[in-house]
Amino acid sequence: MVEFRMPSLGADMEAGTLVEWLIKPGDVVKRGQVVAVVETQKGAIEIETFQAGRIDKVLVDLHSKVPVGTPLALILAEGEEKPAVATAVPPPAAVAPTAAPSLERPPMAPARPVSPVRPRVAPGTQVSPAARRLAQERGIDLSTVTGSGRDGAITYADVERRAAEVMAPAVPVAPAERKRAPTLDLGAMRVAIAAAMARSKREIPHYYLEHQVEVTACERWLAEKNATLPPEGRLLFGALPIKAVALAIRRFPAFNGFYRDNKFAPSPAVHVGVAISIRGGGLAAPALHDVDQLPLDELMRQMRDLIQRTRAGRIRGSEMSDPTITVSSLGERGVETLYGIIYPPQVAIIGIGKAVVRPWVIDGAIGPRSVITMTLSGDHRVTDGHAGALFLAEIGKLLQEPEKL
Amino acid sequence: MKQEPIKTEAIEITYREAVREALRDAIKRDERVFLMGEDVGRYGGCYAVSHGLLAQFGPERIRDTPLSESGFTGAGIGAAMAGMRPIVEVMTVNFSLLALDQILNTAATLRHMSGNQFGVPLVIRMATGAGRQLAAQHSHSLEGWYAHVPGIKVLAPATLEDARGMLWTALEDPDPVLIFENVMLYNMTGKLATDAGPVDIDKAAVRRPGRDISLITYGGSLWKTLEAATTLAGDGIEAEVIDLRSLRPLDDATIMASVAKTRHAIIVDEGWRTGSLAAEVGMRIVEQAFWSLDAPLGRVCSEEVPIPYPRHLENAAIPQATKIVAATKAALDRA
Repeated sequence: MVEFRMPSLGADMEAGTLVEWLIKPGDVVKRGQVVAVVETQKGAIEIETFQAGRIDKVLVDLHSKVPVGTPLALILAEGEEKPAVATAVPPPAAVAPTAAPSLERPPMAPARPVSPVRPRVAPGTQVSPAARRLAQERGIDLSTVTGSGRDGAITYADVERRAAEVMAPAVPVAPAERKRAPTLDLGAMRVAIAAAMARSKREIPHYYLEHQVEVTACERWLAEKNATLPPEGRLLFGALPIKAVALAIRRFPAFNGFYRDNKFAPSPAVHVGVAISIRGGGLAAPALHDVDQLPLDELMRQMRDLIQRTRAGRIRGSEMSDPTITVSSLGERGVETLYGIIYPPQVAIIGIGKAVVRPWVIDGAIGPRSVITMTLSGDHRVTDGHAGALFLAEIGKLLQEPEKL
Repeated sequence: MKQEPIKTEAIEITYREAVREALRDAIKRDERVFLMGEDVGRYGGCYAVSHGLLAQFGPERIRDTPLSESGFTGAGIGAAMAGMRPIVEVMTVNFSLLALDQILNTAATLRHMSGNQFGVPLVIRMATGAGRQLAAQHSHSLEGWYAHVPGIKVLAPATLEDARGMLWTALEDPDPVLIFENVMLYNMTGKLATDAGPVDIDKAAVRRPGRDISLITYGGSLWKTLEAATTLAGDGIEAEVIDLRSLRPLDDATIMASVAKTRHAIIVDEGWRTGSLAAEVGMRIVEQAFWSLDAPLGRVCSEEVPIPYPRHLENAAIPQATKIVAATKAALDRA
């Protein structure tokens, strides 16, 4: 049984509307036969099947608009019998030998978990191993990737580019085309988030720590500093914890890098992913590069640029794959405490809550102080709570001397 | 053991002199150490490595031997088993085949055969490689064959630091160590710290960092590979050059870390292509780093001919920087 899918009829095509079926269930089709007509932004296009056989079932109604890759029909190969039971039987799963046979247990996770979006690709297309793995990590459907390698092979860079397109797919290609503002494909982004977060919770044993940090010194220093700066050059509070995290990593390299193939590889460079929310329900955490070496004003400038570009859908592929640790902050309008889910293959995420004024004990007396709650979600395969606690404390300590950041 | 950073002044020195300094140092450090081989004494060694050592240390420590590789290698094995720390010099790897029985059947196996009663703490140095118009019986690179054999270690010093530093560490090893000195390196000059000393013999070294492709090599080919990397940089390709240093054991971790980063690899090896050390390195990459690969692996090895005598044919038969550049561009689809 083969699924006949909505094909990609151009790199910028995300979905098509099925306007005509030229076959019905029971029909025998040949390879190359036109079976349907699909309306795209470029007009009606006849689409053909690459699978010979008998049409078993039509899955999509006429005039439905469906994303690229959606199964449109099921085709039985020549000689293939229609399966007696539903096809969606999960693959046989390894069951722990101690399991009592009479007990119904949920199937165990396969040894090598796969993401919900399986990389699929037309038969005959070559995909490099690195490209396959990246597609799996980022939830990219390989059938939507155009290969640039020898004989059209899909390379790592092609998947990286496609991942960036998912973030920013729709820059008009031809002047003749109706002008439209670049938009984000929030649907594809949601699929990618789903794949990454599900994989994270499936594979990464998270531990969580929370630490309260007094930030009065930061706020005072920022106010003084900003008084001397033009509005467009002013520093936002959010830049300080990002820099503090990057500096703290120098002493705690085990929180900075990638966990792959059952081992952790620390990264010599500190690229901090900054979680940026996108109107309409999107989320991305692209990288600020070499943050530990950026002066604060430069960090602020790059952060502004990154946020602006991300929200406009102009993000670079490398910015998506480079982060070695992520910092997530819900800002002024957020909540006091946030626990992040680690973005694999990273091994840590820092959550920054909003600053609140609390009664705080200083030198034996109680006074009002601005306090943030900072959290760490750590990968227990790489670090333990003890190291995590020291790491958080170090970030807190660095925030007490903002002028040194 | 870590290679110490240069602390004191550096002096201009040749690779040949660096090996000689290593010999001198070892003979002074340990009274059990002596050098023997064909023409190592009065003649000063066929590549003049031991020139002057007979006068300095006398015939007890610098021993000329008859022209019998099997005989003096066997004598070295016996001396090592009896408590000495011999350094046996074989003129070239081609002649070491006459001693292959001693090296493989005796030195490499005795610890096993004696139930761990005897080890063979022997160091065998030999020249390897083509480029000096010495024709097909003096020019081959057979170190890859020795890297096949369990029970011995195989080293390929390519830099002055390694030429100076590997010998002592090898002498401290309780089992046989073979050191391959590429003939084209003996005249190479460079700066070496006056306090240069022993170096580790089990780690590969990244000689040039890069992000686009890993060029993995050793010995005489290192310098051709570095030259190729410089050329490639001019075309915007940042190649990472890895010097294996030890051919057995291979430092898989350094290789895989590099390939995981660059996702591409070419192995440069002056041995013949079929059944080469390059094949072994490539297979390990496929076994351990398959999911990191973004393109087929490549190899630059010697052509499958006896190394020719005429210079132009000799040069054409072995890896050269131009071939490495071409192979790299092909691997990156940038040809």
